[in-house]
Amino acid sequence: MWSIGPLGFSAPWILLGLIVLPLLWLLLRAVPPAPVRRRFPGVALLLGLTDADSQSDRTPWWLLLLRLLAIAGVIIGFAGPVLNPQVVRAGDGPLLVLIDGTWADARDWQRRVNRIDVLLSEAAQSGRPVALVSLTNLPPQAPVFQAADAVATRLPTLTPAPFAPDSDALIAFARTLDGAFDSFWLSDGLARDSRTALLDALETHGTVSVFESPRTVMALRPARFENGDVMLTTTRAPAAGTAEAVVLAIGLDPAGVERQLASLPITWDAGQSDTSASLTLPPELRNRVTRFELAGVQSAGAVTLTDDALRRREVALIAGGGEREGLELLSPLYYLNQALEPTADLIEGTLADVLLANPDVIVLADVAALTAPEQEAMLEWLDKGGLLLRFAGPRLAGSDIGRAVEDPLLPVRLRAGGRSIGGAMSWGEPKALAPFSDTSPFFGLAVPDDVSVSAQVMAQPDPTLSDRVIAALSDGTPLVTRKGVGAGQIVLFHVTANAEWSSLPLSGLFVQMLERLAVSTRPAQPEETELAGTTWMPEDVLNGFGVILPADTLSGVSGERLATGVPAADMPPGLYSGEARKIAVNIMNDDTEISAMRWPTRIAVEGLDVTAQTLLKGWVLGAALCLLVIDILASLFLSGRLTGPRARAAAILCAAFMMLPDTGRAQDVSDDFAVASLTEVVLAHVITGDAQVDDIAQAGLYGLSQTLYRRTSIEPALPIGVNIETDELAFFPILYWPITANQPLPSTDAYAKLNRYLRTGGMILFDTRDADLAGFGTASPEGRRLQAIARLLDIPPLEPIPNDHVLTRTFYLLQDFPGRYAGREVWVEASPPDAEQVEGMPFRDLNDGVTPVVIGGNDWAAAWAMDINGNRLVPVGRGMAGERQREIALRFGVNLIMHVLTGNYKSDQVHVPALLDRLGQ
Amino acid sequence: MTQVGDLRAKAETLASPLPALLAEAEHLATTVLLGDHGRRRAGLGDTFWQFRPAQSHDAARSIDWRRSARADAPFVQEKEWQIAQSVILWVDQGASMSFGSSKDLSTKSARARALGLAAAILLIRGGERVGLTGMRLPPRSGEVQLTKLAALLSEDKATDYGSPDAQGMLPHSRALFISDFLGDIGPVENALLRAADRGVRGALVQVLDPAEEAFPFDGRTIFESMTGALRHETLHAGDLKQRYLERLAMRKDRLAHLAKTTGWQFTTHHTGQSAANALLWIYGALERKA
Repeated sequence: MWSIGPLGFSAPWILLGLIVLPLLWLLLRAVPPAPVRRRFPGVALLLGLTDADSQSDRTPWWLLLLRLLAIAGVIIGFAGPVLNPQVVRAGDGPLLVLIDGTWADARDWQRRVNRIDVLLSEAAQSGRPVALVSLTNLPPQAPVFQAADAVATRLPTLTPAPFAPDSDALIAFARTLDGAFDSFWLSDGLARDSRTALLDALETHGTVSVFESPRTVMALRPARFENGDVMLTTTRAPAAGTAEAVVLAIGLDPAGVERQLASLPITWDAGQSDTSASLTLPPELRNRVTRFELAGVQSAGAVTLTDDALRRREVALIAGGGEREGLELLSPLYYLNQALEPTADLIEGTLADVLLANPDVIVLADVAALTAPEQEAMLEWLDKGGLLLRFAGPRLAGSDIGRAVEDPLLPVRLRAGGRSIGGAMSWGEPKALAPFSDTSPFFGLAVPDDVSVSAQVMAQPDPTLSDRVIAALSDGTPLVTRKGVGAGQIVLFHVTANAEWSSLPLSGLFVQMLERLAVSTRPAQPEETELAGTTWMPEDVLNGFGVILPADTLSGVSGERLATGVPAADMPPGLYSGEARKIAVNIMNDDTEISAMRWPTRIAVEGLDVTAQTLLKGWVLGAALCLLVIDILASLFLSGRLTGPRARAAAILCAAFMMLPDTGRAQDVSDDFAVASLTEVVLAHVITGDAQVDDIAQAGLYGLSQTLYRRTSIEPALPIGVNIETDELAFFPILYWPITANQPLPSTDAYAKLNRYLRTGGMILFDTRDADLAGFGTASPEGRRLQAIARLLDIPPLEPIPNDHVLTRTFYLLQDFPGRYAGREVWVEASPPDAEQVEGMPFRDLNDGVTPVVIGGNDWAAAWAMDINGNRLVPVGRGMAGERQREIALRFGVNLIMHVLTGNYKSDQVHVPALLDRLGQ
Repeated sequence: MTQVGDLRAKAETLASPLPALLAEAEHLATTVLLGDHGRRRAGLGDTFWQFRPAQSHDAARSIDWRRSARADAPFVQEKEWQIAQSVILWVDQGASMSFGSSKDLSTKSARARALGLAAAILLIRGGERVGLTGMRLPPRSGEVQLTKLAALLSEDKATDYGSPDAQGMLPHSRALFISDFLGDIGPVENALLRAADRGVRGALVQVLDPAEEAFPFDGRTIFESMTGALRHETLHAGDLKQRYLERLAMRKDRLAHLAKTTGWQFTTHHTGQSAANALLWIYGALERKA
């Protein structure tokens, strides 16, 4: 193929025909337009009249040009012009396609897959066997070279991994390679040490070409806590010109729905790779943040999960004794204040006040007895997961609580008086601490030699005592005891919180112990020694796209592994929970460097862009035809034959040409839309962009409308497809929204519109249409898409439809709600927690309103779908059972529309006998 | 025959709205043949009109003695004047008349024949006698004459331009010539002069197509007459328009002048106009006293 710039010609020899154009020019100029023969009786009057100018009309130059252009168009058209012709890659023999498959690839993953697809189709054309290897998912043996189309079937299963390739595994993989082959390496653009070795190995087998996107890789480092603000650092490679990004803080709102809590714009200056910004959040909001992510960057590197490190616990400090004249250093709270202030939010006040604030921890320093209501409130708070930290002191030692029976707010019974060791009036040395046992939460903390205890309160020996001791003195007497109460726990330090009884509060161990008890939070990455011997269970893990997946099936990770902090296949990034604390493993650490890969100059680096070749033959020939039509009109006009009906036809033709580009929507269309939607009840479905899904949705709503028309007093008009971006939603009582896996997210305006719709009484029926594939709890692509779409929607807490929900009885009495599939549960707005069954009423009085969303995956539209002739479009089940299922599906549709249109009216019907009864009296 | 029937039907339609057309016979008993309708004045005829006192120039044999016996003075009986006028019709049947510039317009010949036959119907209903020039159909009255007229008018001639025949025109009769008058003006002039010599008065109706008035042509064109016998080639038809229109106006002037000198009436009628207007004009022209 011969080409000029991006234009190629499949038959370039035909272009030689362009040489005749000048000849044609001369020829056309010489020949005047042909005369018209006209019958005209008035010719007798014309006889003898001569033309003033004997020169005949020349064909005007512009007409000549037009004709030449048309001819040139025909010649060029037949020469087969092709825009962006595909250059056939040279080479034969086996081909190894490598893709990094890391989180940095995820942002333009589809483009990479497309690029591989093109490479594979080229290989298929030239008959080269291909092996496809993802470096983050290496095959155990040498890659097998297969036919390219067989490899292409595996393309959809390729996913990016949320970690970088393991360099040892890469070397092992390089050793398995054998024979001669060429390599195509789709790089993610980041420099890694492991690349050089693999590149050298590949080059011993054949040539290597690299495909790389010049796009900037952006990543988010873990959020740090600095001076009361959250410090967010983003990094990028390559560090090019100025750029901007927005970091979103995402967490649960008070209703338990995940949503965006705050956003922070971040700007890079030119050449700057790391940039930071601080985000000021109120503690309540900050503690709810579960992750930060870079808006619009679909990559695990752009997400950083927060763990306890960011979480600042609210600690209430309460000291006994009230106003005490004394030195500040003797205050029971002084050392606690010093230890906790950098890492926790401190609250001081009376117990009744701080309980209202629902703190994470309440510290009672030398407080003996509480009043009965205080104790009750405290126990209730403990049941919900509070941590009560008590310190002993003269007051506690002098009181008689926990002597005879165990005090509910003390972990152990106490002996009267306590003991004092190593003082002037006693024998023995002040006692040191014994090493922590391996069942203690303090296990692993080094015990400094200089910590000594000179006085303490003593625990009464007890069968349960040994279980409750978590730290003891060298002579075995308990120093710290603990017991669980409900979801919370009570911890007692048998010494004072100041340095009166021991030097413990003066030591670093004190701070570490508080951290271990999760009273305070530690700022830095945990030490390996600290985590040694522990096992951590993943709670949430990220996939390569930065989407959070449940980690139900993953095994635990050892503390040593966790301490390395480097995610890999055995430890995907995510949130790992251990005893009483959570640790996030993120792709980016504070010191992870990313930089752009510099390939050696001998390696050919290509972009990812695949420009599809466009055949222009039809367009060029069409343009030439148009020119010829214009030429006909112009010739007719010039020769005076463009009169009468011909002129009219020509005018219509011209007008038709003018009308063609008029595709804009007129203003009054929206009015028409409103009128069409408002004159009757109209069921509407959201246009997803997938023609097949939209057609089925339309047919389904048509079938449901027909059923409603036949069986109920609802007589809907023809259903309408709604574009949520442009159309007004307020006209529709219900929107049916089938979810497709690749549906675009609505814009901000559309979200505002949808939320307004939901708040003002609209209902959306979400249908993921995947109940045949996805059981309860497993996420299908549609389910994930629905989660992404619904994230910004104002959706209340949901629950599976309870048996006594009003939907089960608005028209028909229903127990289940099948569609084309009779699978999954259907979710509606959760009933209020105080809903109770009243005596004599068959149902609970659940919600007073209409549930704003119904979510399921039973593909109802397919079950309802009906064509104009009343034929069912989609088979449901088998035989009569299937028809029964379809009937139930239709009944669900009827119930749903009834529910939408009548609200809780049917729910109120249960009161009718009572009302009639009352009226009768 | 269908064509004949069509023509007749069209003509009947056109003629129906008008009152009976009666040509006025001015004088000359020699050419006057008594018609059916009295003229409401004394003259020759069969029907009694009035008695008047005899005067000196009255011949004695004209005295009505029976009436005179009842009085002292002699009376003369006068009869009602009853005459029938002869109208000679010429409708151009040349090929040039078959021109029609668009499908919406009738051809000139169709219009001319309809006008001619409509006038004939009116005249015959009025008791006049209608015939064709050139001894083809001598003037007679009666419905049968209409059938014959229609048959003869439906014929076409092969020549481009028709010319009237002055033969067969009765002295002091009336004549109606309908043509486009685009051909040689000589025979027309000749016929008119000869008619004027015999004391024949009449009307000239020039039927033209709107295209012949407007000359909406441009570009390189070969103009041909309807049979193709005449042709004229031009490179700029648009340039000829002005001169053509001048010549057409000259032709109309010539005809008007001719009509004036011979005591005829002249009008130009376009096929784009209403035929009834033209018929009304013919009615007026034939009724007019010379």
